[in-house]
Amino acid sequence: MATTSQPGEHTGELDREHREGQDSSGSASSPNGKLQLLSGKDRTVLTLMVAVPAVLVIGLVWIPALISVMLSFTKWNGIGPISEIQWIGLQNYADLVTIYPPFVPAITNNLLWLAVFFLIATPLGIFMATLLDREVRGTRLYQSALYLPVVLSLALIGFIWQLIYSRDQGLLNAMLGLDGSNRIDWLGNADINIYAVLVAASWRHVGYIMLLYLAGLKGIDPALREAASMDGAGEVRTFFSVILPAMQPINVVVLVITVIEGLRAFDIVYVINKGTNGLELLSTLVVSNVIGEASRVGFGSAIATILLIISLVFIVVYMISIYREDATE
Amino acid sequence: MSARSRAGQPPTPSQCARQGYGLHTPFSRRTLLHGLAGMGALGALSACGSQVGPNEVSVGSRATEDVPREALNAVMDLYTQQSGVDVQINATDPNTWQEQINSYLQGKPDDVFQWFAGYRGRFFYENGLVSGMNDVWDSVGSGFSDAFKKASTADDGTQIFLPLYYYPWAVFYRRSVFEKNGYTPPENMEDFVALCQDMQSAGLTPIAFGASDGWPQMGTFDYLNMRMHGYQFHMDLMAGNERWDGEEVRAVFELWADLLPYHQQSALGRTWQTAAQSLLRKESGMYVMGLFLNQQFTDPEDAEDLDFFNFPEIDSQIGATAVEAPIDGFMMRSDPVNRGNATELLTFLGTAEAATTYVKIDAQIGANKNTDTSSYDRLQKKSADLVTNAENISQFMDRDTRPDFAATVMLPELSRFLANPGNIDGITSSIQAQADSIFPQR
Repeated sequence: MATTSQPGEHTGELDREHREGQDSSGSASSPNGKLQLLSGKDRTVLTLMVAVPAVLVIGLVWIPALISVMLSFTKWNGIGPISEIQWIGLQNYADLVTIYPPFVPAITNNLLWLAVFFLIATPLGIFMATLLDREVRGTRLYQSALYLPVVLSLALIGFIWQLIYSRDQGLLNAMLGLDGSNRIDWLGNADINIYAVLVAASWRHVGYIMLLYLAGLKGIDPALREAASMDGAGEVRTFFSVILPAMQPINVVVLVITVIEGLRAFDIVYVINKGTNGLELLSTLVVSNVIGEASRVGFGSAIATILLIISLVFIVVYMISIYREDATE
Repeated sequence: MSARSRAGQPPTPSQCARQGYGLHTPFSRRTLLHGLAGMGALGALSACGSQVGPNEVSVGSRATEDVPREALNAVMDLYTQQSGVDVQINATDPNTWQEQINSYLQGKPDDVFQWFAGYRGRFFYENGLVSGMNDVWDSVGSGFSDAFKKASTADDGTQIFLPLYYYPWAVFYRRSVFEKNGYTPPENMEDFVALCQDMQSAGLTPIAFGASDGWPQMGTFDYLNMRMHGYQFHMDLMAGNERWDGEEVRAVFELWADLLPYHQQSALGRTWQTAAQSLLRKESGMYVMGLFLNQQFTDPEDAEDLDFFNFPEIDSQIGATAVEAPIDGFMMRSDPVNRGNATELLTFLGTAEAATTYVKIDAQIGANKNTDTSSYDRLQKKSADLVTNAENISQFMDRDTRPDFAATVMLPELSRFLANPGNIDGITSSIQAQADSIFPQR
């Protein structure tokens, strides 16, 4: 969920700023040389600027996350003193895989969500951005149309697509000319509803990626394209051999955002059916177990821990690649 | 962000009411300042309800919508007039209220707060978060039927809840459709099935059904189980004292599976409101739902046409005397700031006068049996008759069993059953395995 995906995003932004900063100031002064030029006041400000966010991230993200991990080894209903918490070892994890039917679909759906975003929605967004970068007629109209879903909340998108997918009164079945028992139950049929929802979620994600990428493309020096076409490279070749490598910083941001969007998926399935019947996600399971009177705090924390581990895989991969780049620079 | 009170400064009660404790405000991680303000609002939550003067009593309420809020205000104003004690109402929107109730009760809750009868209330008593109110029941108990008293009593015999109003679940239909086709409300399951078959041959969908919210199917299960095995078995099952994978519950699912062909198909993709539309448009013949269904019948002509009958009898030994009627009312915190005022307010809320004042504005049914029914419409009167004559009142699955069991086990499992009615053995044993892990081992 949001908390677990924060560190990745922050690092992404910080890193980008860090590198952009380097680009603009050039490599004339070494980091050590810079530090000596700082006055005492500067140093205080810098220390504060590092310390305050660090304290906040540790206090609001990492400590709660660690407490969650600890709670995942307990049985607790959230009421009463901490001394009443029963430690039950790995029982919650054992229950998750043995007697909790929504768990396996949730993992599969989360991974499917990531896969669809990575393989379809994000490339589609990049493709749209590349097309719109060509100054086609009415490009602003297309841009606004594609970007419109991004300003809507996922919960609202859930409502909009419920109108489209509704079996009885929905737009889609009407457009397909299906009637009576032929009508397709897009959101109620557990075999297909996750794909229907993914279309809706991708609809938003494509616009998001398109906008990010378009902003990056605007910054590409036109001379690069000219040079490529002088060398006889076609459109496709130019994109893959010239533009894509030149867009490396944006590519990283886009990938990070794709992971975040994939892992924090929640609202859209929650408004449709609270994440049941084929639409299970780890995030909805955490919420239904922990929020409200249904306080299976330990059990819900075990699910949250698994979500944290999945997030950590991506964060670690990202950090390794960043450090490797920094080392080579 | 509505939190305007500076952190550390106790908010006024009206601020508490206005900002709904600030907890519903989405926490924005990008804007640090907003986040800090949010923490201020969290602090404000625990401050709400703690400043009660000697001549005041604080009430936690979930009445934020216009009609219930006006109704509650009218009741409290009447109390203030009679007693001279000021009532501070701290209202939170119902969803937030329910989501935050555990932390609310462990902080500094209001002396009196709105809640539900059934296990959902007893759970707080068992965890020491609310106090008994036998003295209140001693003075106003005669206004309630035994079924209401039972629904307000904890396992140790202490009264812990004061009912204000309720609404029943029943089988709803349109009178014009029944008249046109010569249908009559069925008394038992054979008649019910025969009626379903008649409707099918007349081109009607017999039973409207929208299950995507997860809870409507709980109502159907409750009624089938109560009619097949009786109220006591149903309550024991909800309390975790009967087995979900036993013969009895399997028989319930088997009967339900036999009835499913008469239900509107593909129910899992339909909201209860869309299903209500099919009854409204006379495409479906009947609908198992709560009385709040009438809110979907906005045209007065349609509303006049809406009617209901009691869920039919299945076993003549058991009859149809148990009715599902969720009761809303009040509880008292375990250590009220001013127990005397809280008790007096509750005693007033238990009178027919309070119930009458409430239902005049919010068209529920007053729990006090002496409630003045002159303001009732036809369905309210009929509901009152149905429930007054009921020997037992169940509260609905999500109020009669542990909330964690209802939300994390039964809700998904009932949906799983509807998606795959053939897998009764798999589903019942899965429910039992999860019940074993949730209910304290006996």
